[in-house]
Amino acid sequence: MADDIALNKVELKLGIREFRFDCALPAGAVTAITGPSGSGKSTFLNLVAGFETPDRGRILIAGGDVTEKHPSERPVSLIFQDNNLFAHLDLATNIGLGISPSLKLSNSDRAAISQALERVGLSGFEKRMPGTLSGGERQRAAFARALVRKKPVLLMDEPFAALHPGLRLSMASLLIDLHRETGNTVLIVTHDPDEVGRLADHAIFVDHGQILLQAPAEEFLARRDIPALAEFLSG
Amino acid sequence: MLTRAERRRGIGWGLLSLAGIAFFVGIAVAALLSWDAGNTQSRLFAAYTWRILRFTLLQAVLSTLLSVVFALPVALALARRPRFPGRVWVIRLMALPMGLPVLIGALGLIGIWGRQGVMNSLLLKLGLEQPISVYGLSGILLAHVFFNLPLAARLLLAALERLPAEYWLLSSSLGMKPFSVFRFIEWPAARRVIPGIAGLVFMLCATSFTLVLVLGGGPAATTLEVAIYQSLRFDFDPPRAIALSLLQIGVTALILIAISLFPAPDDAGITAGRATRRFDGRTLPAWLWDVLAILLATIFLILPLASIVGAGVQANLWSLVNSPAFLRATWTSLTIALSAGLLAVLTSLAIIAGRGAISDMKTPGGTAKAFSVSLGGMSSLVLLVPPVVLGTGWFLMLRPFGDVARFAPALVAIINMLMALPFVMRVLAPAVETHRKRTGRLSASLGLSGFSRAWRIDLPVLARPLLTALSFAMALSLGDLGAVALFGSSDLTTLPWLVYSRLSSYRTNDADGLALILGIICLALTMIGTAGRRETNHG
Repeated sequence: MADDIALNKVELKLGIREFRFDCALPAGAVTAITGPSGSGKSTFLNLVAGFETPDRGRILIAGGDVTEKHPSERPVSLIFQDNNLFAHLDLATNIGLGISPSLKLSNSDRAAISQALERVGLSGFEKRMPGTLSGGERQRAAFARALVRKKPVLLMDEPFAALHPGLRLSMASLLIDLHRETGNTVLIVTHDPDEVGRLADHAIFVDHGQILLQAPAEEFLARRDIPALAEFLSG
Repeated sequence: MLTRAERRRGIGWGLLSLAGIAFFVGIAVAALLSWDAGNTQSRLFAAYTWRILRFTLLQAVLSTLLSVVFALPVALALARRPRFPGRVWVIRLMALPMGLPVLIGALGLIGIWGRQGVMNSLLLKLGLEQPISVYGLSGILLAHVFFNLPLAARLLLAALERLPAEYWLLSSSLGMKPFSVFRFIEWPAARRVIPGIAGLVFMLCATSFTLVLVLGGGPAATTLEVAIYQSLRFDFDPPRAIALSLLQIGVTALILIAISLFPAPDDAGITAGRATRRFDGRTLPAWLWDVLAILLATIFLILPLASIVGAGVQANLWSLVNSPAFLRATWTSLTIALSAGLLAVLTSLAIIAGRGAISDMKTPGGTAKAFSVSLGGMSSLVLLVPPVVLGTGWFLMLRPFGDVARFAPALVAIINMLMALPFVMRVLAPAVETHRKRTGRLSASLGLSGFSRAWRIDLPVLARPLLTALSFAMALSLGDLGAVALFGSSDLTTLPWLVYSRLSSYRTNDADGLALILGIICLALTMIGTAGRRETNHG
């Protein structure tokens, strides 16, 4: 399958914490990574993104071995919880850096930036500075950058956690729309069971640095036989 | 998340700066140690040496004691009066002596407390026969209190203002009297920071050079630093200079170890009338006491500054500014200050890059950790080996190679750079760290590196702290007399050296005018610095 993300017997030790991940995630689907805080779900994402490299094991994206690759060489886009934009650069520049790190932009690139902004509901915001935007608007701009990067994989680390509940709903539907349009593979770290039901096709439950369960979302939300998961789902 | 090339580069820069500083300091110390050891030993155990050591420590102890004891009521009064017109100016006034070149402060003090000064004429009029002497021990103490009382008061005030506002609500609802408030709230807060403050002030006074050179200097009132300078410059007795230098290194090492045992004081969080409300001290005696403490401190600080301005404007500033001596000294000073400032900033960035590269490694080995620690400690090395000692070492080292004056500008610039390094590091290291935390992962994921990142991402954000650091370093170098004192001559004249030589040749009118100009330049630079710092705190 194309754009598969696979962690083959990946092991990592950070200080006294040990992580063991062994899994394959389906392409073109939204997979939620959940677990209690400190369980290792962000470490999982950092391994895929390349901010951590495993002590043992291989990481494959789209069939290619990326274990030793720098974050910028992996076919992924990233959206963090905050600080997704350089505060001193306007939106067009912030998004342009997603196309070319040295900001060498053609006219069609510029048009793509404006289109992306329009698509996320920020048309005409090219010259706005991040500081003048609301939290939701800043995350929309981050989505626009992910759009222009055209990478097959989108990694998100609790992207809506800093937003208020109403905004989370509209951002989730934007994410789903963009996902249907591009057919990309989405990994989203979340600590919110509702978000799993709202967004994900599949879900992974991480606890103490290990994957306890990997299942389709419906089955995942119905499981009650794993105590840690049951506790997580009951909120 | 650095690329391999970035990490290699970072470690390379770190190694380069480490090697450079270790070489410069190492050569100086090696030159001292290898010089005629037998004679040095005899000097080390001479009565003269011990008398100087005793005086150095005595004046430092007394200066520290006086500064802290007088700072305490001032800080308490300012903390108890969080809102009154002009409070912010009193606090700003207390930051002023730190940015003022020491030599200029000394001139101001002579103007007020000197034989012809305001104070003594006042006392004579009142019928007192014995005037206060600004020279000797009393003068040194006076000057050290002038420079360090405001520093101690600011640090104490910051500690008091960090107390939770509920404490004051609680104490008033419990009906605590002023003495109880002092005993149970204010003093415990002050007591925690006083060891650190006293250590800092003691260190500054024990290594004070310029003040002792100008106000002391006689055999009865000489500190180690000044004695080193005199044994080289006047007596040309290298063994004695070396013995004194080694003693000085030993003393500063002991003080640094003692200081490291206490938490470092900082004046972060000092506010200009935060929303603290104090309900105590509403009685008339308390009010009078606070007014007295603040007023006396203000007068004590403002008089010498006023004297600098008053005396300065009486000089013929126009012809002074146009004199060839002034222009040449300004040119020399600015060249040295700019070189020292740029070098300090670049060295700091190299150190920070080295430490960043190591902290980016997942499992740094023992060597890498040791390297990182030595990079961190390096910027404090100059505290251990004072400027005069560095100068002495290099003086002895270069003497066989011809006229030392030829190398002097470069030496002075490097020594000034080392002096500024701890301050520059304190500005830049946290700024770079915050910036990396905020943008490091994002930059890495977008593949921003090298020039593109430096130009688009780093420079716009770090421009302000870089400017702050540069202006601090330049102000420090411009006002410094310690490094240039050994090498100053008709070939190498900086502005402070020009002021000092005018003062020594009793052309006080010129000295006053020059002091005013130099003071304004240095304060302007420091103001650029602090303005920058305030902005970054907000953003």
